[in-house]
Amino acid sequence: MITTMNVQQRSGSGALVQSPRSPSSQSPYLRVSVSDPAKMGTGVQSYISYKVITKTNLPEYEGPEKIVIRRYSDFIWLRDRISEKYKGVFIPPLPEKSTVEKFRFSAEFIEMRRQALDVFVNRIASHHELQQSEDLRIFLQADEQTMERARSQETGIFKKKPTDLMQIFKDVQSRVSDVVLGKEKPVEESNPEYEKLKNYIFQLEDHLAEAQKHAYRLVKRHRELGQSLSDFGKAVTLLGNCEGNSLGKAFSELGAKSEMLSVKLQREAHHLLMNFEEPLKDYVRAVQSIKATIAERANAFRHHCELAEAIKFKEIDMNKLRLTRSEKLGEVEHEYEELRADGAEAARRFDKIVKLMNEEIVRFQEEKTLDMGLAFHEFAKGQAQLANGIADAWRSLLPKLENCSPSS
Amino acid sequence: MMGYENQGYEEAAHLHTRKDQMTSITLSDDPSLQSNGSKSFLNDPLSSSSQFVEIPTDDSDPLRSTQTPSPTNHNSINSILEPPSYAEAVFRSFDLDSIDSADVNGQDHSPLAPSPSFSSNYLKISVSDPLREQELAGGSLVPGGSSYFSYLITTFTNISDFSGTEFNVRRRFKDFVALSDRLAESYRGFFIPLRPDKSVVESQVMQKNEFVEQRRAALEKYLRRLAAHPVIRVSEELRAFLESSSKISLYNRTSDANMASSRTLDGDVSDAMQPAKGGMDLLRMFKELKQSVANDWGGVKPPLVEDDKGFLERKEKLQDYEQQLVNVSQQAESLVKAQQDIGETMGQLGLAFVKLTKFETEEAIFDSQRTRSNDMKNVATAAVKASRLYRELNAQTVKHLDKIHEYLGVMLAVNNAFSDRSSAFLTVQTLLSDLSSLHSRIEKLEAASSKIFGGDRSRIRKIEELRETVRVTEDAKNSAVKDYEQIKENNRNELERLDKERHDDFVNMLKGFIVNQAGYAEKMANVWETVAEETSGYAKK
Repeated sequence: MITTMNVQQRSGSGALVQSPRSPSSQSPYLRVSVSDPAKMGTGVQSYISYKVITKTNLPEYEGPEKIVIRRYSDFIWLRDRISEKYKGVFIPPLPEKSTVEKFRFSAEFIEMRRQALDVFVNRIASHHELQQSEDLRIFLQADEQTMERARSQETGIFKKKPTDLMQIFKDVQSRVSDVVLGKEKPVEESNPEYEKLKNYIFQLEDHLAEAQKHAYRLVKRHRELGQSLSDFGKAVTLLGNCEGNSLGKAFSELGAKSEMLSVKLQREAHHLLMNFEEPLKDYVRAVQSIKATIAERANAFRHHCELAEAIKFKEIDMNKLRLTRSEKLGEVEHEYEELRADGAEAARRFDKIVKLMNEEIVRFQEEKTLDMGLAFHEFAKGQAQLANGIADAWRSLLPKLENCSPSS
Repeated sequence: MMGYENQGYEEAAHLHTRKDQMTSITLSDDPSLQSNGSKSFLNDPLSSSSQFVEIPTDDSDPLRSTQTPSPTNHNSINSILEPPSYAEAVFRSFDLDSIDSADVNGQDHSPLAPSPSFSSNYLKISVSDPLREQELAGGSLVPGGSSYFSYLITTFTNISDFSGTEFNVRRRFKDFVALSDRLAESYRGFFIPLRPDKSVVESQVMQKNEFVEQRRAALEKYLRRLAAHPVIRVSEELRAFLESSSKISLYNRTSDANMASSRTLDGDVSDAMQPAKGGMDLLRMFKELKQSVANDWGGVKPPLVEDDKGFLERKEKLQDYEQQLVNVSQQAESLVKAQQDIGETMGQLGLAFVKLTKFETEEAIFDSQRTRSNDMKNVATAAVKASRLYRELNAQTVKHLDKIHEYLGVMLAVNNAFSDRSSAFLTVQTLLSDLSSLHSRIEKLEAASSKIFGGDRSRIRKIEELRETVRVTEDAKNSAVKDYEQIKENNRNELERLDKERHDDFVNMLKGFIVNQAGYAEKMANVWETVAEETSGYAKK
């Protein structure tokens, strides 16, 4: 059993680039890092590849360290596979595909994506259910050709088309609102606690999305302020050159300080993006992942109910045939047994999802408290550092101003 | 006799009959014009503000209204946030004292700068109470005639040149234009503050009350700037404008120019000037135009060269300076906008977190949720506080950087003063070339006349006439040279004054700006340090 703890044990070999949000574990351990993004291929075919380094002492894995090269679609493959196999678990979210072409290779985007992928893999590696996945092992260990083969096999079978997912979401959403409005539809869990949870998840997403939107804007504002401060500084310096004498010097100093502070602002903008806005975005994605799980549960429940219905009808049929001593009885009895087995399986699956979800919600809330706590801390720390830097810079100018002799 | 509806215009009616006799406003001559001299207030039913309003201590700050959060926001955060600490108020008053009270005394620079000559003399002006009035057409009140706004000008002063200590008059924009024109004529070479624009377009686009308020504020600023000018504050024109309720004449500009140029000679009225003017004026203007064209085309070499190299250098430098000033003013505007934006976004972020906190608290099932909710609340509070700080910072920044915009106006006044000098110089040039052509004509006539035995009566007569013209033109030239020298002197003095005041003003502006930025940055640092401390448990070791 691999336990997750906050204390990190670094093994001797080399620097392990690990995102601060990735949970770590004590021995036995399984630690992964995603690093060294590199542009591969040319033209339209080009893409980014990442180094995935696995350090582990688990017997199922090869050696203390293994390095493989993976690309974004490989991560998608992994996510899809474990989504299929581990229904009920809140699957860790992946960063989105880039919609804007020119943004795809910008350093900032690549760094954001790398960070998010690192967090993704580590969350899987430290989840007590998911870490046992065979697909994870393939992802972390297989050579590139095997990986490519596996990836191309999956298209069409397990890949849910976006429209299907949308439909599922819509169904769940309409059912939620139906319940809220008091119109209960037949094939639906009548579990008040669960209803509350669903409501909570949907509203949470809205709130989080808004917060994330403003966080992103705040990053932009820092950049804009930095830019205008730099322009202001340049203009003031030119004015200072015109003035001459001690006042001119003061202007020049003001200009120089402005340009210096502009650099600080740009840096804080980046820090804010990586350590505050991204975690918020990650939170939003996580909630969306939960919605997918909710949809899976609804499916499982419906399936279970449909089978229960079918079993009932089959039983009626069977009894009818018994009375008429039809020769079809054997066949129908056989079908009945099969349905019973399927029904039991469906019920089992549904129950598993319910059980998992109950555990997952606790884990999710705890994880998010830690993640957001850290994000808040980084946010506050960054802003405090910036503000102090600004105050110091301006204050250092005051004695120089005192030197400006009064003109009389 | 014309009838008037309003009692308060008794004096106006009185003056109206004598309009055509009036060429300029003078104080000491006509006692009936000293309407409000020593009275503290008119029994003027038109002035709706019957109590004396306090002279505002600083220019109205449009940003002040945005300093308090909007009501809807306030309600939702009231339960969560603390009210602004009094420490903020203390900090603010330090900042305001050093900058705002300057305007009260009619000085544009802060009391920190040494200005001993002003410390005991004050001239406080305020513009208030805009009222709509009807245009009086042809003497009788025509219903449906056009209307205009009049403003109450209130003056407090202890300057001895004034005929009293408190004055109240009503003026309309036209009067300000007239005042500005009169000052431009009388004080050539001086850096006279520019009056507000006529801006016809804006008056149609904006809401009426917005426009009127803007204009009122601009007019007040204008008068205060005039009051801050050491020479203009005690000018007759300004005094007449502030003291008497008589209408300022717009007529007889040329004769005023006459008296104006004589005024620059310290009150000597040159009688010999009178007959030369009138019809000659127009002629002179054409000649000057021709001369300037000739100069431009490098034809006739002007006998009098603008010899002050120092002046030319200075002029160029100032033009360069003006360019940089424009640049700084533009960047200052973007800086202010950027500060405003970041404050707004920070506030919106804070509010989003407030809502999230409320939601999470209400729906909390697990302790982890309550913990997170609490953390979030701290961040939300800090963000809203920071947003407020940004807003205040910006309001102050605007005030400080406004100095730059002011000096853009000053540069325009400087340009005007320099062109006064150029045109005076042109006048002298023209007269000199007049003289030289007159002399050459006399020479030719004398030469021709000497060839005829016994003299040529018609030619001799002509020569006499020309000599007379020469005499007159000589006088005109001497007067013009005196003008020119005076204007040069004015330029010099004003440049000195400008350098000194600009230096002081900008030093104070820089100080104010820097102290402001540093102060608010410190406050923001405090706010965030608290949160960083509270969340330090989450930090990775």
